[in-house]
Amino acid sequence: MGDHTLPAGAPEQPIGGTPPVIAPGHTFGSVTDKISSIVLGGKTSIGWYLGFLTSAALAGLLLVSLAWLSVKGIGIWGNNIPVGWAFDITNFVWWIGIGHAGTLISAILLLLKQSWRTSINRFAEAMTLFAVACAGIFPLFHTGRPWLAYWLFPYPNTMGVWPQFRSPLIWDVFAVSTYATVSALFWFVGLVPDLATLRDRSQSRVGRVIYGMLALGWRGSAMHWHRYETAYLLLAGIATPLVVSVHTVVSFDFAVAIVPGWHTTIFPPYFVAGAIYSGFAMVLTLAIPIRAIYGLQDFITLRHLQNMAKVMLVTGLIVAYGYTVEAFMAWYGGNQYEGFMIWNRLTGPYAPFYYALLLCNVVIPQVLWFRSVRSNVFVLFIISLVVNVGMWLERFIIIVTSLHRDFLPSSWGMYQPTFWDLSTFIGTIGLFLMLLFLFVRFLPMISIFEMRTLVPEAKVDVEEPGH
Amino acid sequence: MATKAPIYGLLAEFEDPNELVAATHRAYHEGYRRMDAYSPLPIEELHEALGAHHTRLPLIVLIGGLVGCIGGYLLQYWVSTMAYPLNVGGKPFHSWPAFIPVTFECTILGAALSAVFGMLALNGLPQPYHPVFNVPRFALASRNRFFLCIEARDPKFHVDRTREFLESLGPREVAVVAD
Repeated sequence: MGDHTLPAGAPEQPIGGTPPVIAPGHTFGSVTDKISSIVLGGKTSIGWYLGFLTSAALAGLLLVSLAWLSVKGIGIWGNNIPVGWAFDITNFVWWIGIGHAGTLISAILLLLKQSWRTSINRFAEAMTLFAVACAGIFPLFHTGRPWLAYWLFPYPNTMGVWPQFRSPLIWDVFAVSTYATVSALFWFVGLVPDLATLRDRSQSRVGRVIYGMLALGWRGSAMHWHRYETAYLLLAGIATPLVVSVHTVVSFDFAVAIVPGWHTTIFPPYFVAGAIYSGFAMVLTLAIPIRAIYGLQDFITLRHLQNMAKVMLVTGLIVAYGYTVEAFMAWYGGNQYEGFMIWNRLTGPYAPFYYALLLCNVVIPQVLWFRSVRSNVFVLFIISLVVNVGMWLERFIIIVTSLHRDFLPSSWGMYQPTFWDLSTFIGTIGLFLMLLFLFVRFLPMISIFEMRTLVPEAKVDVEEPGH
Repeated sequence: MATKAPIYGLLAEFEDPNELVAATHRAYHEGYRRMDAYSPLPIEELHEALGAHHTRLPLIVLIGGLVGCIGGYLLQYWVSTMAYPLNVGGKPFHSWPAFIPVTFECTILGAALSAVFGMLALNGLPQPYHPVFNVPRFALASRNRFFLCIEARDPKFHVDRTREFLESLGPREVAVVAD
């Protein structure tokens, strides 16, 4: 709520030493020009080409991996009974979780009137969309016959077969596809006024035509703005329970099963907190280099980085609480399989990964308690990478350690990733980065019209004529 | 005077959101009703200054959400009890708690789709052509300029008198919008 006492951009001396959400001295024109020039500036840097081509090459690796999988079947991956889920579901949950920060920033922080969200929401929403696209690939191809994936949806068919609605896997289909749709709508609606700006400012005919079509003829009419703001607020209100429900449903995939280590009621809240934790880590991982490369320190200020670090600290503590409760309940519940599950995590063949996970997610992030750490951009960047790794390990531990030693010792096994497991995972990172490179080059990565509302001159103070 | 060519209206350009809101109030007070204000950022006071009432959008979203909710539940009910009854672990065919997640997601989907498409429909978008785009300086409406357009179909509209009125509001300039 402190944001209201701090008129954005106005004071030279920020209150209480908190950096402002937008650097002083900006006007409607300067904000517009600065952000749109990244897209319309004409010259594309060598660095962009290098980054784009590298990530596109990795996306090519993904294409090869998926093509080979389609030819040979999912036997090219290392997962096999008893470890039926491994890299694929780990990566799915990891990517979906990353997406959650985008929706949190754009929807929940909007409802809470946190004006600092404005300069990072567009970009975080794009991240959501691309992360969900990467996530979707894994269950889709894990079906083994992705060309028949539409069988998951209820539609009248000649086989006379319908989906089984008591299964969390079907809930997941609905949750993830709704999430992808709503995220895309939210992102596009937010873009429309900025696309109109690009249409009006583009020097090239091609640019005017393409941005013009995408802008849908937006002209900034007062009634349009009014309905637009209403729609945007409603979407935020709708997306807020949605984002909570999506990772809840993802956690049901585990919690509804009876496998030791999965069948716990702590899963939904702990998964949602973990999702936000990893998502904010990814926003920091991306925002820190981007603001440096494109000189956006005026808009993505230290204030944003500090706030995100605080969100990471809080959600990280919730996640740590989740780990504690898991271990406590395994002991207190007195169930021998649950007890063995924790013992196996601590001392079994995958124990080093469990300790690495605790180090990455619980121990190292505690340095965020210090203001000096939260103000150090480089250290924040490193911590964000550490948390990304930690959250990936968390999902790996949950999935693989529970499956590889279940109730019957005769059916125990081990899991090792194959080349194709790794290439598919690295390939999705390539796809994600490639889409981000395209996004920062062709669309405004910061919401221009919302940045205008942060400029001091945007404040309207007119009395209605009294007579 | 361009009285021969059909005109859409007169467009006054302002440099500041305050000027636009004040001008819109004045124009409304003067008796003009068929007018619109254009700004590069949402200004809450503006649609009120235009005398516009609330939008029906929330109602549309509510209906969309309800349709999604009821439709989603009925789909599952029909599939699980009539079209393809399946005994899963002895659970009743109509095992409603298991139907809640999908019902919830369908509610969200229905509400979100109706929010976006309802907003676009009420705004009459996409609309590639609009007369105000004929004024070259209107390109700045998406950057840093604020416009008030009094339309020719307003009963009080008169090319000269309306222009005089708009000039009196202290705009940067007043332009004729060709239809």
